[in-house]
Amino acid sequence: MQKPVLELKGSSFTLSVLHVNSTDLPLLLQELDKKLAQAPQFFIHAPLVLNFSAISGEAIDLAKLQQTMADRQLILVGVSGADAQQQQQAESLGIAHLKMGKQNPLPPPAPRVCKIVKQNIRSGQQIYAKGGDLVIFGAVSNGAEVIADGSIHIYGTLRGKAMAGASGDNNAVIIAKTLDAELVSIAGQYWLAENLQQHGAKSSGCIRLNGESLIVETLPD
Amino acid sequence: MAQIIVVTSGKGGVGKTTSSAAIATGLALKGHKTVVIDFDIGLRNLDLVMGCERRVVYDFVNVINGEANLNQALIKDKRCDKLFILPASQTRDKDALTKEGVGKVLADLSKDFEFIVCDSPAGIETGAMMALYFADTAIVTTNPEVSSVRDSDRILGMLQSRSRRAEDNLEPIKEYLLLTRYSPARVKTGEMLSVEDVQEILAIDLLGVIPESQAVLKASNSGVPVIIDQESDAGQAYTDTVSRLLGEDIPLRFTSEEKKGFLKRIFG
Repeated sequence: MQKPVLELKGSSFTLSVLHVNSTDLPLLLQELDKKLAQAPQFFIHAPLVLNFSAISGEAIDLAKLQQTMADRQLILVGVSGADAQQQQQAESLGIAHLKMGKQNPLPPPAPRVCKIVKQNIRSGQQIYAKGGDLVIFGAVSNGAEVIADGSIHIYGTLRGKAMAGASGDNNAVIIAKTLDAELVSIAGQYWLAENLQQHGAKSSGCIRLNGESLIVETLPD
Repeated sequence: MAQIIVVTSGKGGVGKTTSSAAIATGLALKGHKTVVIDFDIGLRNLDLVMGCERRVVYDFVNVINGEANLNQALIKDKRCDKLFILPASQTRDKDALTKEGVGKVLADLSKDFEFIVCDSPAGIETGAMMALYFADTAIVTTNPEVSSVRDSDRILGMLQSRSRRAEDNLEPIKEYLLLTRYSPARVKTGEMLSVEDVQEILAIDLLGVIPESQAVLKASNSGVPVIIDQESDAGQAYTDTVSRLLGEDIPLRFTSEEKKGFLKRIFG
């Protein structure tokens, strides 16, 4: 099959947008030259979009602006945020009017949740508190795993594995009434049982990150 | 409605079948109409321990498949007229058990019996899951050693998450610990976990402690549930266990080393 001579496809490009906040041309040019002087190579033949949203309703000599930009080897490809009159002016000069993409502010981070489990976690069971803290009223057996994106609190004996800060939170901690764990980990830094023993476990403790390495602190009675 | 009791452990060889036979017999001897079901399809043992292997005609799988009715498959115990055995099939495998099939058989048995004792196979696969799925009470049989305790812990997790009571959000299965093959002398020397050690790890109510005993092997080989042998310490310990299961408050026996008599101390 012959390849079609034309194909229409949508693509998105990143363009530099020059926000025009004044209609005073000499002043604008003065500022523009200052900017260009900072990085002359970067702006040579650079496609630029002018944003007029700050001067909506005001008259601006777009033809002259285009000319002076061309003199500085800048290519004006479009205007955005223009009012009706400015749009008409752009149209007559053969400059496209671009609609600004909606600026979606990032959604606020989900509130940190706290998952409470009121039972012993048995061998083979796995509990994961996504995006929050995990509190366990009971023991965590050998062969069980408790994981949280936040901190883990165990009001019982931790004999299994506990992994806090599972998605990289360095400030997460693991607190257990009795520490007898197979493995503890915070934000990927881990200790095995023997490391814990070296640090005098088997009592209550709080494990946290101190810089790059884990530390354990005994809790007050 | 019958109470459905599963005797389970996860690990093999810890005494599930011995305990099932003893507890079912004990319940029947106390006047409760009891049936004990062998869920170990393909590795049928309960009939041997109960001494009725020569009387098996139809089995559990035949009943599930509708090839026989319950009355044809149930074997009445020779020693106790309140006790019945539903044997496993030796020629099939665990996949012969379906939730619907097992549920129907248990529902039918519930009409006639006070207690249904389910002897679970080892492992955590279909057979064991079917045995525990419908349970009201679980007797977790554990030996005082770490691998058995670990497997019991795993089974306790299954009881809490994979049973009918868990799925239907009903009151959870009542879980009891039955510590078997306990040897106080070896606990004393530190070779064996103590009752307290096991209880601390598993954190469930203790139903009984069965001492390691020559009588158990002898009973199994002769096809007489060890609870019948009231001369033996294991038999007495099972009797205590059954009483506790029925709600009686009885102190533990056989958990500390027996004092050697005067002559034994001299002659060893």
